[in-house]
Amino acid sequence: MELNILTICYLVGAVTFIVGLKMLSNPATARKGNLIAAAGMSVAIAGTIFLYKDEDGNSLHNYGWIFSGLVIGGIIGVLAAKKVKMTSMPEMVSLFNGMGGACAALISINEFLHLRKYFHAKGIGFTQVLHDNHFFTSELLIIFAGLIIGSVSFAGSIVAFGKLNGSIKDFAFKGQHIVNLSLLVIAILLSGYTVFFELNKFSFIDIATPLFFLVFAICLIYGVFFVLPIGGADMPVVISLLNSFTGVAAACGGFLYDNKVMLTGGILVGAAGTLLTILMCRAMNRSLKNVLIGSFGANAAASSKPGATGAYKEIALSDAAMVMSYANKVIIVPGYGLAVAQAQHVCNELEEILQEKGVEVKYAIHPVAGRMPGHMNVLLAEADVSYDKLLEMEQANDEFKSTDVVLILGANDVVNPAAKYDTSSPIYGMPILEVEEAKMVIVNKRSMKPGYAGIENELFFRPKTSMLFGDAKTMLQKLISEVKIT
Amino acid sequence: MEAILNWISLHEQYIYIVILMIFLGIEVIGRVPSVLHTPLMSGANAIHGVVIIGAIIVMGKAESDNYLALILGFLAVILGTLNVVGGFVVTDRMLEMFKKKKA
Repeated sequence: MELNILTICYLVGAVTFIVGLKMLSNPATARKGNLIAAAGMSVAIAGTIFLYKDEDGNSLHNYGWIFSGLVIGGIIGVLAAKKVKMTSMPEMVSLFNGMGGACAALISINEFLHLRKYFHAKGIGFTQVLHDNHFFTSELLIIFAGLIIGSVSFAGSIVAFGKLNGSIKDFAFKGQHIVNLSLLVIAILLSGYTVFFELNKFSFIDIATPLFFLVFAICLIYGVFFVLPIGGADMPVVISLLNSFTGVAAACGGFLYDNKVMLTGGILVGAAGTLLTILMCRAMNRSLKNVLIGSFGANAAASSKPGATGAYKEIALSDAAMVMSYANKVIIVPGYGLAVAQAQHVCNELEEILQEKGVEVKYAIHPVAGRMPGHMNVLLAEADVSYDKLLEMEQANDEFKSTDVVLILGANDVVNPAAKYDTSSPIYGMPILEVEEAKMVIVNKRSMKPGYAGIENELFFRPKTSMLFGDAKTMLQKLISEVKIT
Repeated sequence: MEAILNWISLHEQYIYIVILMIFLGIEVIGRVPSVLHTPLMSGANAIHGVVIIGAIIVMGKAESDNYLALILGFLAVILGTLNVVGGFVVTDRMLEMFKKKKA
């Protein structure tokens, strides 16, 4: 009876995951979808705690440990998620993803140690232990798979987290891809060797355990090396990819425990995450292979020609305020600089003041503006910018022709014309916002330093472009007071 | 060879689930607008937190005197809960932003 109820709990969980994910992909139902999936998850977790029985019909024990773990994790999770600034959202997602990966790896480690204990306690060969515990080779393979995928996902996510918040810099050395590939191949070969040979023979010397942890260590190193050379601009794609990895790692747990809700949720996220990764790549017009092998930032610095620099002109605040006040149409291009300066609210203020003066104000949102696709939309929504003012890239590119002033706030690579013609540029082929179609371009940046992808932007040296140096928030505040008096 | 065939027929249901879920996962988010990429990634991130169930099972099966297993399991439960709870709360916060502007 109890087991039947548990089955229903799991069924409910699996269905809510599917429905939730479906609803999450539509703006109108997204929030409800998230809550539905969360409710299903709670049902599945509660069911596991109270109704789970192992093959011999024993209930779970160690409730004290389980509940304290749930409470501690729950409190930290809520606090972290509530306190994090909207701008740091991508790193937070990456961190949570890493936790999931670590969880999957720990499960594999624990299961392996469980087998090892019998080996030592009873003084019998591993084959006998496996036989006694009804363990099949396939289950061993899955333990190793969970270990490999989980630890790669964990290490990679932590590095991605560090890179996004700026504490870890790009790092690449010659032949890193070969080293990386060999690490992965070694880890897989070692796992195969351990499962098919070491654990398959009657031996009383435990070589399998050191090998198991060797694989674990190699995978952690691989995870770090895998993400380290990838440039910041590609980080969203990497996080999405690691997200789908963790999904597969969770599915491994599903195989191990004959648990269909873990299998469903894990594979669902694995597949959806992979597609999402591809969609993101497509939004940036980059192939996944390029993202993973291209080492965006590192190569870019080397390939930027010294000839790209030149003379640029600055514009005074009062002049900028003047041209904007008398324009018919202003399009604002927000970038990560705006987010870092927390200037989205001030930006909304400027929009309102200009609108009072009869200026049409819109926002052009590049698909990858900010740090993740859709990140900028979230930030602007937070600042009460109305939804219909946000133009997607194609719409914006049509409207630039009839625009008087384009104000670029801390965006760089998404407006870099090199993406259109310079085949040697690392961002070549990425669709950009064609701001040069407008009559005038004002660029607000903190300095002339290159953007996230580490390349010079020729746009700044074009005759139509004027520079307005300074922190986005301070400059916008000054701009507002200037606009008020003109 | 026979072992593989055996394995397949033994795990038939699972193989069906895996195949169907792969197609479903792709189908379900196939038409997502780029605006929702971030919340969707975050939501999917929370869903794979289902790995917590494995952690709970490991924890609940560990012998009460096996401290290594208890500590590892305990860690796994904490990390898994972080993934689930943090993931859903962050996603909700993001989506809350979208809702406000419509009111």
